[in-house]
Amino acid sequence: MVQKQSFYVGYVLAALCAGTAPLSCAHAQPAPAPRLATPSSDAHKGGTLRLAAQNSGGTLDPQVSYISLIKQLETPVYDGLLTFPKFAGVKSQPVIADLAETVPKPEDGGRTYRFTLRPNLHFSNGQVVNVEDVAASFRRLFKVGSPTAGPYYSHIVGADACLHDPAHCTLAGGIETDPATRTITFHLTEPDAEFLDRLAWFHAAILPANTPPYDTGNIAPPGTGPYRVTRYDPATGMVLERNPYFREWAHDAQPFGYADTIQITFGLDPEGEVTAIENGQYDWMYEDVPLDRLGEVGSCYPEQVQIYTLLLYYYAALNVRIPPFNSLKARQALNYAINRHAMAIYHGGAAVATPLCQLLPQGAPGYEPSCAYTKGASPAHPLPEWQAPDFEEARKMVRESGTAGQKVTIIAPLEGRYAAMAMELRSTLASLGYEASVRSMTQTVQFPYVQNSDNHVQLALTGWNADYPSASTFLQTLFACASFRPHSDNSPNMSAFCNPETDALMNKAAAAALTSPADSTKDWAEADRALMAQAPAVPLVQIKRVRLLSKRTRNAIVTLNDEILLSQLQVR
Amino acid sequence: MTAEAPPPPGPWRQAMRGLARNRAAMAALAVLVLITLSCVLAPLYARDIARTDPFTSNVAGSIMLDGHEVDIMQPNDNPLHLGLSPIGPTGHAAYLLGADSQGRDVAARMLYGGRNSLLISSCAAVLCLFLAATAGIAAGFFGGVVDAVLSRLMDIMWAVPVYLFAISLSIVTVSQGLKLGPFVVEADSLLIPIVIIALVYVPYAARPIRGRVLALRQAEFVTAARCLGVPRWRVVLFDILPNVTTTLVVLGPLLMALSLLAESALSFLSIGVQAPAASWGTIIQDGEGLIYTRPMVAIAPGLAIVLVVLALNILGDGLRDALDVRDAARRSS
Repeated sequence: MVQKQSFYVGYVLAALCAGTAPLSCAHAQPAPAPRLATPSSDAHKGGTLRLAAQNSGGTLDPQVSYISLIKQLETPVYDGLLTFPKFAGVKSQPVIADLAETVPKPEDGGRTYRFTLRPNLHFSNGQVVNVEDVAASFRRLFKVGSPTAGPYYSHIVGADACLHDPAHCTLAGGIETDPATRTITFHLTEPDAEFLDRLAWFHAAILPANTPPYDTGNIAPPGTGPYRVTRYDPATGMVLERNPYFREWAHDAQPFGYADTIQITFGLDPEGEVTAIENGQYDWMYEDVPLDRLGEVGSCYPEQVQIYTLLLYYYAALNVRIPPFNSLKARQALNYAINRHAMAIYHGGAAVATPLCQLLPQGAPGYEPSCAYTKGASPAHPLPEWQAPDFEEARKMVRESGTAGQKVTIIAPLEGRYAAMAMELRSTLASLGYEASVRSMTQTVQFPYVQNSDNHVQLALTGWNADYPSASTFLQTLFACASFRPHSDNSPNMSAFCNPETDALMNKAAAAALTSPADSTKDWAEADRALMAQAPAVPLVQIKRVRLLSKRTRNAIVTLNDEILLSQLQVR
Repeated sequence: MTAEAPPPPGPWRQAMRGLARNRAAMAALAVLVLITLSCVLAPLYARDIARTDPFTSNVAGSIMLDGHEVDIMQPNDNPLHLGLSPIGPTGHAAYLLGADSQGRDVAARMLYGGRNSLLISSCAAVLCLFLAATAGIAAGFFGGVVDAVLSRLMDIMWAVPVYLFAISLSIVTVSQGLKLGPFVVEADSLLIPIVIIALVYVPYAARPIRGRVLALRQAEFVTAARCLGVPRWRVVLFDILPNVTTTLVVLGPLLMALSLLAESALSFLSIGVQAPAASWGTIIQDGEGLIYTRPMVAIAPGLAIVLVVLALNILGDGLRDALDVRDAARRSS
């Protein structure tokens, strides 16, 4: 025994001296290529699915929470009239009917949508779902001050009044219901090409009409999905149990859940979560696998790893209104010089991150691979993908812009991989001849700070994640004239970019979505290229999620919108 | 005619002889000198030996090892191609201790980091001693209202935990910099951690100095000087201060050790030395994210801190033994 111990101590010391960790994986399994799981034939129902997350996500109110953890946990608890399909796939899919019988065709030039509610639906408290619950849920969106009430649902007739006076919101003229025929009719003030997507968004969950018109906090209102929340303590954890009133009405919209109970524990850090899953103490972790554990999980547990694309990318917003990036050549120079391969390395390498040099990420409608700023390319002659930085061209452009030697301050979040990315940007700017420095602040402070034009931010390092697959979320929200609101903390156009020509292109693409989706897709791709020619930002990398599941977990179904469907995980 | 005995050596010379006889203290001094010298030569090492820029990210770069080109960020050997790890210790001049997560040479950054850590801790210790001596002598010598005000101020500062105090001051100054009238200190200036660390340790040094001055104030030679009408400033400068100097000298290394620990803690929390500059604290922070794959990045600066703090404490003990006459008398009896 003593001999074994001294051998181990010696081994550890030797490994430390060599600068490597004493890791081994005796039980390594044969490694398949990354894949998306499909439902297994030997489905197993029952058991408890054990999940781990570092922190709770705050309020459980599905119309208030904007936290991705809560969205993922409550996806099998709530339903909307429509939903994004719950089958495996990495491409964006059109919405499908959920509580509604069908997806309606727009009427009145896109100003009216008529839905029929499915019959015999029940909330988890036994109450029957009726059309008044639907209308009340949309009124409640405004009453509780849902974060997307204004951005997503302001086109409903009466929404303006609701935004001004939420307490007395009626949406009069905006939503009509007929209990006899179970129809719900939405009237919009103007056509909204993404209205159906927005009805499928998490905040449009249908709740009982008598749900209190305030944030329910730690209490989850009754829903219609296969699970209900039976316990929630933000300090310790949460439990989801089967909804006794659930019956499957559309498998692709809201499938039956496999596990009897879903148990979530809060408080473990990501390193601890990885170790706990490796030891079989938990089945799924919310946080990404930390960078220094990627090699270990890739070597020892390849069959338990799920890698999937997200509609999330990181970019540097360049303020086009103040020096030096008020010069197009300076903006283009940075786009040419940045080493996107290095940026991918900071996220774990090519398996986890892809260099990105356009503003629409892979998976978004309108995405056509194009890279204008790489060695051997130009905005007029883009290549399909990024090759290498072109310092020669970049330095030439900086000289021509006359901006060399100017001070540039990068405002970056303190957290996660931002610090390394910010230092890479600083090095690149310094090598171009700028006097660059990094100013870091916590993400919750940095995000509003960089949006406010009063702070005169020259370069903001940030990330953008779509609520649902949509080109406008990336292009119009981030670069349209209307998205720039001077002196406001809520101005997502951080580049302060406004170009009537690119605005017109984006409006054309959005309008075409109602009549000709194929044309709309082409128009979005053109808008993407036109925007990149103006270089209001430096796209850096699009990342993939790396999830580690326990050995006993099966049937991981990944969708672009809902990530891994927790209700479909089977545990033995 | 008999030869006169040579005059006995002065107290300082006696103390230095005592110190020289203390092997442990001499070894500690040698370690300190060696580390300081290495750190001072950091630019020489980075430029001529390692041939690397320790302040520039280099994750996409490569180096030549034994005639082969080796990527600085090495792909992990796993079927999913997940993750990359910085190159480990090479045993060569370049990347002797490996690379950090930004592909920078850890050995070169260690030396540059040591420069900052030692500079900040030594300057903070000197500044702290100056402030503590001023406050302690004023409180002890003048007494009355001056003593009451200064002592209560020290009590208040003492009541706040050192690190909490330092963190609070650092967060404010690191984000905004410091503007005092016409003087502007940039947020990334080393002056900020120096002043903050010096300030938070003033009460710890001022207390013993005040106690010593209270005793000295009653001493016969001070009473005699005052009876002779010697001005107060002369008494303080020529009678009190020389007798407090030994206390200051003994406190010096101990304060420097404490300052080094405080600086490392602040830099580890990103509120001390600001990137891309390095200190041993920032390198430990860099190594935190590599603790499973490249533990050396965190271990090497940690060992350096331990070594320097230990050496300073041993040296401080040696100085106390050499300078404290009463203690020496007690030991000889």
